[in-house]
Amino acid sequence: MTLDITGLKVTIGGKEILRGVDLSLEAGRVHGLAGESGSGKTMTGLAVLGLLPHGARVSGGISLGGRDLLALSPKELNQVRGGEVAMVFQDPATSLHPMLTIGRQLTEHMRHHLRLGKAEAKARAVDLLTKVRIPGAEEAYGRFPHQFSGGMRQRIAIAVALACSPKVLIADEPTTALDVTVQAGVLRLLRGLCDELGLAVLLVTHDLGVMSAVADEVSVMKDGLVVETGPRARVLREPSHPYTRALLDSLPDHQEPAQDGTGRDEPGEGER
Amino acid sequence: MQEQEGAALPPRPATPLDGGGEPVSPGPGAPPARPAARRRGGHPLARFLVRRILMAVLLAWGITLVTFVLTNLVPGDPVAANLGQRALGDPAIVAQWRADHGLDKPLWEQYLLHLQGLTHGDLGTSQQSHRPVSEDLAEFVPATLELAGAAILVSLVLGVAFGVVAALRRDRLPDHLLRVLSLIGISVPTFWLALVAFYVFFYRLQITPGSGRVDPALGAAPGVTGLQTVDALLAGRWDIFVSAAGHLITPALVLALYTIGLLTRFTRSAVLEVLGQDYVRAARAKGLPGRVILFRYVLRSALVPIITVAGLAFGSLLSGTVLVEAIFAWPGVGQYAYKSATTLDLPAVMGVGLVVGIVYLVINLIVDVLYGIIDPRVRLQ
Repeated sequence: MTLDITGLKVTIGGKEILRGVDLSLEAGRVHGLAGESGSGKTMTGLAVLGLLPHGARVSGGISLGGRDLLALSPKELNQVRGGEVAMVFQDPATSLHPMLTIGRQLTEHMRHHLRLGKAEAKARAVDLLTKVRIPGAEEAYGRFPHQFSGGMRQRIAIAVALACSPKVLIADEPTTALDVTVQAGVLRLLRGLCDELGLAVLLVTHDLGVMSAVADEVSVMKDGLVVETGPRARVLREPSHPYTRALLDSLPDHQEPAQDGTGRDEPGEGER
Repeated sequence: MQEQEGAALPPRPATPLDGGGEPVSPGPGAPPARPAARRRGGHPLARFLVRRILMAVLLAWGITLVTFVLTNLVPGDPVAANLGQRALGDPAIVAQWRADHGLDKPLWEQYLLHLQGLTHGDLGTSQQSHRPVSEDLAEFVPATLELAGAAILVSLVLGVAFGVVAALRRDRLPDHLLRVLSLIGISVPTFWLALVAFYVFFYRLQITPGSGRVDPALGAAPGVTGLQTVDALLAGRWDIFVSAAGHLITPALVLALYTIGLLTRFTRSAVLEVLGQDYVRAARAKGLPGRVILFRYVLRSALVPIITVAGLAFGSLLSGTVLVEAIFAWPGVGQYAYKSATTLDLPAVMGVGLVVGIVYLVINLIVDVLYGIIDPRVRLQ
């Protein structure tokens, strides 16, 4: 299933945040969305789920497999949220509820969307935790977020997002709040899940290093507009827009973005 | 290639909702998260409880010391307050009275005797009622607890409900109306409201019963708790329950109004604070129905500051009862405390101090335990 964003405009309090964004996500592909803070990357992600701040005005089109998400009733939108489009947030220390068990946060929407029984949901949750490589998944099920490290929490947040088998995953700066040593592991996990489950992933990041590690396509945003879009290799090697070139030049030591993989080994003890 | 500025873990914004529980986030290299505290035996909540109860016992002993010392420090001669002019002129009578009440012994010995008495529930004899203080208290304390308990229940239900509505309808009509209501509740003096309510509902409209706890014609409900409404229900006496509840409702509402206003304000700000949290947005992104998000995600976090304030408010409710009891002729401990203080009836004053201190202690214990139940970070420390 594809997600097509066309001419998306968002205005909050008279200020134009997005000025006509076009993006297209395909199943099994990671689409990187780069740009500096305030360029509208996150707002684009939130707009897809209808999670924009109060008082935001939206126009344009967001179509998921031919259905216009902007025209849905609140109830239908709730079916899409979590069920078809899921989101991973920037900081897993704040995006998981500190007072609810991992199991509860994993199964609640499963039971709601997929109408699973308690035991089924639990079995599925433990499977998911294993899939995102949480050691001792069975035991982790009954624990609380503060008992896990940052990298583990983000893996759990990814498991939560994937619980209802969504088609589209929006990852908003999923590694920004993590230690450098665990970033690669989380990215590799995202890439692997994208390939394995045929997810369409929108990876929002300001970090071109992250982008070059996992994205298939790259779009660059500036001031609420997509200024350049294309396959990773082309955009990162032969940028056509001056802004993209400036972004690349600002990388420390003009590092050559890596060609493939994460370029790092799975961190070992550090993340556990 | 990944050495960018965002790599470091940003400090988590501190919110009052964090309570005392510092989130533990072991960095890389730290030992793996402990499997709760189960290893060290016992359910974590049970161990948490035991710790808090031991603390409470220690504090209870502290209360006996403080009430004793304070009571004996007050200026004023209990002899002068209790004996008549003629008796005061006779040194033999004065000495005899002092000996009878143990006032001739050194203070530390008086305290030890006081403690010894406490161990078998002996609080001394009231100089005014000539009855054991424990008997007096057993009669008056339940009346006050019933009044204050009803008031705090009403406050919690209405205050939290109003606060949630105000937060969800922020800056719209319900919010503005509730803001005015809660300001009125906070600023109107309780004794004035009590007088007005008594005048309007009893004297003018005659829709509420007047003074006392229950219609004297019916008699008190037999029972162990001393709470008329509960005893009546337990005994299956509907007539007494209706009468007792009717007597209770006006003073309880009058007493509750301040707390309702307070809790409305606090709940509103606590809920607004939680609504802005990432995990609420994350819950929305999961497509959960609004009521699940409200009750499970928002209220759960908001409850921590709410119960803190409710616990403190119960304290001010208890002191508020003195005036309300006087106006509604409610035979509670407030009136008893007032009488014993003005007559320097030291055993009674100490008894009241001790009971009120212990009530505070129990409230705090309940609040602490609720923290532990609501927030795993508190009990898993």
